[in-house]
Amino acid sequence: MYLVQFLFLAAFLFCVGMYGVLARRNAVLVLMSIELILNSVNINLVALGAWRGFDELVTAQIFALFVIAIAAAEVGVGLAIVLLIYRNRASVDLNEVAEMKG
Amino acid sequence: MLANAWVIPAITFVSFWLILFFGKRLPYKGAEIGVTALALAFFLSLATAGAWVSRPADFEVEPPVKTGESNVHEEEHAIAAAVESEEHAPNGHDAPAPSGEDHGAEEHHEPIREAVQREVTWFENGQVTIKAGIHIDGLAVSLLVVVSLISLLVHVFSTSYMHGDERFTHYFAALSLFTTGMFVLVTASNTLQALFGWELMGLCSFMLIGHWWEDSKNSNAALKAFFTTRTGDVGLLVGISILFFAAGETFDIATTNHAALAGDIPKGVLLGAAAALLVAVIGKSAQFPLHTWLPDAMAGPTPVSALIHAATMVVAGVYLVARLYGVFWQAFDIEAGGYNPVAMTGGVTLLIAAALAFVQRDIKKVLAYSTVSQLGYMVMALGVGAWTAGIFHLFTHAFFKACLFLGAGSVSHSGSHHSFDMVDDMGGLRKYMPWTYRTFLVATIALAGIFPFAGFWSKDEILLGAGENGYVAFMIVGLVGAFMTAAYMFRCVYLTFFGEPRGAAAHHHPHESPPSIVVPLQILGVLSIVAGLLNAPGIEKFSEWTSNATVLGAGVEHHEFSIAAALLSLAIASGGIATAYAYYWRGVRVGAAKYDRGPTGVVYRFLGNKYYLDHLYEGVIVRGIREPIARGAYWFNQKIIDGVVNGAGIAARGLARFVYEVLDQRVVDGVVNGTGLASEGAGAGLRTMQTGKVQQYAALMLVGTLAFAGLLWAFV
Repeated sequence: MYLVQFLFLAAFLFCVGMYGVLARRNAVLVLMSIELILNSVNINLVALGAWRGFDELVTAQIFALFVIAIAAAEVGVGLAIVLLIYRNRASVDLNEVAEMKG
Repeated sequence: MLANAWVIPAITFVSFWLILFFGKRLPYKGAEIGVTALALAFFLSLATAGAWVSRPADFEVEPPVKTGESNVHEEEHAIAAAVESEEHAPNGHDAPAPSGEDHGAEEHHEPIREAVQREVTWFENGQVTIKAGIHIDGLAVSLLVVVSLISLLVHVFSTSYMHGDERFTHYFAALSLFTTGMFVLVTASNTLQALFGWELMGLCSFMLIGHWWEDSKNSNAALKAFFTTRTGDVGLLVGISILFFAAGETFDIATTNHAALAGDIPKGVLLGAAAALLVAVIGKSAQFPLHTWLPDAMAGPTPVSALIHAATMVVAGVYLVARLYGVFWQAFDIEAGGYNPVAMTGGVTLLIAAALAFVQRDIKKVLAYSTVSQLGYMVMALGVGAWTAGIFHLFTHAFFKACLFLGAGSVSHSGSHHSFDMVDDMGGLRKYMPWTYRTFLVATIALAGIFPFAGFWSKDEILLGAGENGYVAFMIVGLVGAFMTAAYMFRCVYLTFFGEPRGAAAHHHPHESPPSIVVPLQILGVLSIVAGLLNAPGIEKFSEWTSNATVLGAGVEHHEFSIAAALLSLAIASGGIATAYAYYWRGVRVGAAKYDRGPTGVVYRFLGNKYYLDHLYEGVIVRGIREPIARGAYWFNQKIIDGVVNGAGIAARGLARFVYEVLDQRVVDGVVNGTGLASEGAGAGLRTMQTGKVQQYAALMLVGTLAFAGLLWAFV
C-alpha cells in the first residue's frame, strides 16, 4: 500500500494551495488555491481510509464527497462575489478590498 | 387530576395565543379570555390540591441507596403508561418513564404521599433521552394554588386598572404567558423544562415591566431587569449542565436529588453545581448583590409588580433551591450548621434591603425592598435547613405582598392621581379609601408578623428552624429583620393613609376604587389573616401536605412550636411598630412638621397626658414633692426615651443611606461600570487587528492552526 506517497502528494498540494492563498493578489487565483487545499484534504481522507480497511474507506469516501459538494457551493458563492467586485471596481486585487477595516 | 396537571399550563398557554389573535375583536379586548383561563386554572389547581390532600399517605420512605440505583414503583408505571398513550400519542414512545422519584432520605420512617410523575419522550439523541413531563408533589401543588389564585386576582384587578390602555390586549396576553412560565417551572419534572419556564418568565417580565416603553425610563428598567436576571441565568445553565453529567446524563430532578443525597456525585462537582445554581437564584430572586433590578422593575404597571413579586418570577429562585434541595443540602453541608453561602446570601439580603426600605419615598419601592428582604428570609430559611418554613413563608408572603401591591395600585389609581410618591402626593387617604386602607393595614400587620396573622406563623417557623438547626447567628439576623420590617411598613402606612392629604391626594378628590379592584383586595386581605393558620400548632396541615422525601434531605424536619420563640419574635415586631408609631404618629421626627395624631389619638392622649394622674392627685400630693417627680418624669421622657427613639431612627436612616449611597451606588454600580469599561478597552485594543485584508486573516488562521497542532503534538 502506497500510503506515504499519497500523504506526500497531499502535503505538497496543501502547501502549494496555502502559498496561493497567502501570497497571490488575484482573487480568482486565491479561490483556486482554496480548491487545492480542500482536495489535498480529500486525498488524505481517501488514502487513510483505504489504508485502514473497507469500512473506513466507505466512511472516508462519503466524507470526501461531502467536501467536494461543499467546495462546489463555496466556489459558486466565491466567484459570484468576485464577479460583483470586478464589476464595481474593474479589478480583483484583494489588497484593494479592505472596507471591513475596523 | 394529579396526573393531568399538565392541563393547567396548557390552558394559560392557549389563552395567550387566543388573546393575541382574537383579543382585539372581542368586546372586552381579550381580558375576558385571560380571566376565564385563569379562573379555570385556579379551579383545576384547587382540584389538584384536593386530589393531593386525599391521596393516601402510605408511601414508605427508604433510606438513600448508596449505589444510586433507582427504585421502581410498578403501580405508578402502569398508570402513567396507560394514560400517556391516550394523550401524548404524537410524541411517540409510550414506554413507561423510569420513575426516579421518591428516593427517601429521612431517618425516621413516616409514611408520606408519593409524588406523581408522568413523562413523555421529548427527543432522543444518541444514548440520551430527554423527557418532558410533570412532577406533582406537595411543593408543586402549593405553588400551583398560590400562583393561579394571585394571577387570577391580578387579572381581575387589571381589567379596571389598565382600562383604556392602548396596549390592553397585549398586556393580557403577556400576563397569560407569564403565568404559563411559572406553571411550567412549578410542574417541571426535569431541569431542562424548568429552564424553559424560567426563561419564559424572564422574557415576559421584560415585556410587562417595559409595558409603557414610550418613556425611556421604563424601557431602561425593563432592560435592566432582563439583563440582570440574565447574568444569573448563566449560572443556571452551568449548574444544569454540571448536574446533567453528574447525575448520569439525565435532567430528571428527582434522580438528581437522589444521586446527590446518596453521595453518588463527588463533593467538588456538587459544590460547583450548587454554586452556579446559587448565582441563578441570586439573579432571579433579587438577592444581594443582584437585587438592583427589582426596585427599578416598579416602572411596570402595578398589577404586574404584584404578580412578579408575590407569586412568580422572584419566587422562582426560591422554588429552584427548594426543588433541588438535595443538591444544596449535600453541597453546602446544611446539616452541619454554622455558615453557608445560601444562608449568608439570604441573611445579608434581608438586612440590606430592609435598611433601604426606610429611605424610599415611592410606596412601590418600599414594597419592592420589602419583597427583597422577605425573599432573603426564604432563602435564609432554605439555607439553614428549615425547608418547610421557607416554603410556607413563600406561601403566606404571596398573599399579603400581593395585597400590599394591589393596595398601592388602588391608591395611585383612585387616590393620588397616578403618583406613587408617599411624601408629596399621599397622606390622610384612610378617610377616602376605607377598604384599601383596611386591607393594606391587615397585610402590613401580616407582613410585620403579628399574631395571629399569616406572616407571624411562617416567620416564626423560620426563626425557630434557624435556632434549632444550629444557625443562631441567622436567627438573630431574622429577629433584627423582623424589627425593621415592622418599622418601615408602618412608616409606609403612616405616610400613605394618615396625616393631612398632600399634593395630588389633596387636589384631585380621592375616592374608593371600583369593585374589580376592591374585591381582590378583600379576598387577599382575608387570606392574609387566615393563610398562616394552615401550619399553626395543632393544625400543621401545610407541613404534612408538603412533606416529601423527594426533596427533603435527611434530618430536615418540622420543629415543634415554641411559645418562648413566638413571644420573642412578637415582642420584637411590636417594638418595630412602636418605634414607627413614636416616630411618625407622635411626630417626634427630626426637622419635620407634626402630623395629625390619627385614630390612635385616644392612646396618644392617654400617653401624652400623663398629667391626668397629676390632676387627680393635685389636691392630695404635696406640691413640693409632686413637682420634682413630674419634672424628673418629664426630663426622662424628653431626654432618655425620645433620645433613644430619635437615635434609633437617625441610626437606621444613616445606615440605610450609607448602604444605598456607598454599597449600592458605588460598589455594585462601580463593578458594573468597570466591567463595561474593561470590555470597551479590550475592544479598542483588538480593533487594530481588523485590517480588512482577507489574506492577513488567512495567515492568522494558519498560525493559530499550527500552534494548536503543535500543542496537540506536544501533549497528546
